[in-house]
Amino acid sequence: MSVMMVRKKVTRKWEKLPGKNTFCCDGRVMMARQKGIFYLTLILILATCSLFFAFECRYLAVHLSPAIPVFAAVLFLFSMATLLRTSFSDPGVIPRALPDEAAFIEMEIEAANGNVPQGQRPPPRIKNVQINNQIVKLKYCYTCKIFRPPRASHCSICDNCVERFDHHCPWVGNCVGKRNYRYFYLFILSLSLLTIYIFAFNIVYVALNTFQVGFLNTLKESPGTVLEVFICFFTLWSVVGLTGFHTFLVSLNQTTNEDIKGSWTGKNRVQNPYSHGNLVKNCCEVICGPVQPSVLDRRGIMQEQLGHPGQPEHVNSTPQQDPVAAAPLMSNGSNENVQPKEEKPQPNTMEMSVQVPKDANGTKDVEK
Amino acid sequence: MWGKPAVMRTQMHNLQELRRSASLASKVFIQRDYSEGTMCQFQMKFPPELDSRIEKQLFEETVKTLNAFYKEAEKIGGSSYLEGCLACATAYFIFLCMETHYEKVLKKISKYIQEQNEKIYAPRGLLITDPVERGMRVIEISIYEDRCSSGSSSSGSSSSTSSVGGGGVASRAR
Repeated sequence: MSVMMVRKKVTRKWEKLPGKNTFCCDGRVMMARQKGIFYLTLILILATCSLFFAFECRYLAVHLSPAIPVFAAVLFLFSMATLLRTSFSDPGVIPRALPDEAAFIEMEIEAANGNVPQGQRPPPRIKNVQINNQIVKLKYCYTCKIFRPPRASHCSICDNCVERFDHHCPWVGNCVGKRNYRYFYLFILSLSLLTIYIFAFNIVYVALNTFQVGFLNTLKESPGTVLEVFICFFTLWSVVGLTGFHTFLVSLNQTTNEDIKGSWTGKNRVQNPYSHGNLVKNCCEVICGPVQPSVLDRRGIMQEQLGHPGQPEHVNSTPQQDPVAAAPLMSNGSNENVQPKEEKPQPNTMEMSVQVPKDANGTKDVEK
Repeated sequence: MWGKPAVMRTQMHNLQELRRSASLASKVFIQRDYSEGTMCQFQMKFPPELDSRIEKQLFEETVKTLNAFYKEAEKIGGSSYLEGCLACATAYFIFLCMETHYEKVLKKISKYIQEQNEKIYAPRGLLITDPVERGMRVIEISIYEDRCSSGSSSSGSSSSTSSVGGGGVASRAR
């Protein structure tokens, strides 16, 4: 305990988040733990593009048009920006319930279920809500201790409930959810354009060179081009296919998760209650609509320490100086047994962390 | 005893922490209202636990205002599309130096909640927690009881309440 006193470093909230994520840059960057395939994505894109810029672009800029490298650079920068944004941002993680809220939900469930006889399985924890005149089942998440909001799902890899969960994408090393779906979509869109672009101009390059030195000589002289064509050819199908699939999903305002589960296939007249019924409006909402800021407050400073389980409310009680909320408390007479202690009002947490010794003395005195 | 200073170090200057110095009787959670979609809206149903504490109209007024704020934040229309397209056109680099409309509204909301706490809820021994701090899932309303009358309701924690809570009161009594 005394070690904790000496240490004056502030604890930020990301350090205590329960999911299986990694954080970099003091909580600014948030990713899944497995990042191997993300590095592969980065290497593939960077390698292909640097080869393209180093060889074909130089040749084509001189012989065809200087606009070719410019467009390639714009596409490359955009796809890299959206890739990093997808990978590094919070997909929309729903923080787990604090003990009070969990207990409240537990109580509600018990009240709803009534008494379950011993040995019998309690009914599944499901709550029905009506969304746009459509009944939707909300499932209870035993890990997060909440009823998952509609469209949310628990990602088993990151161990978090994610809002409007789409899927966990190992290629970008993060979940794709409410907050980063648009980045993801724009990433695969720009990446497929970039792949087509590079592929097409590689063909043009080979064709132009074939006229001069012949086909086989061209391949011999520029093994880089062969490698690029090879990479582009195989990524093309998958990435373009994926973009097409996601364009379809976006225009219907569906998620991959809902599509796989067949939530809105029209069985039992179940329609997607989130769709606006208008392709353009759905696209606009998904790509350009307002997006909620992250509720994790990863860079926030921890205000509570989970010291003594069982009675966190009282253990964490701290003397505070705020005249407003103090008013109703002071009406009772029980503060006579306390010596008046002067403690300076502390305007912010940072400052407080510096004033540890003073606080410590203050507490001891009060407790005497 | 040495655990306490470590706790003190991480205190925060807000009503929530302060209210811990009184004894917390219970908490009420206002759940989300999904009837119009996944937009952030809260149920207007008046929780019976608050019956003796606050007038129904005041509570409904607060929730209604909060709902209106959230509706404003998530409104889909010209300005939100403009913001989204502008951000997209700059490959989202603009967010490094620009605050989104949603963030601005959230700031307004936390200011509004603090105001409501100070004016209406704290004098009645209630305290609203900003839904952002609870992942937008619930509006948490903490119900407090004066310490002299709380002997029965707070379970076995009266010693820690009175000692630490007393510190808070004393310092405020300056």
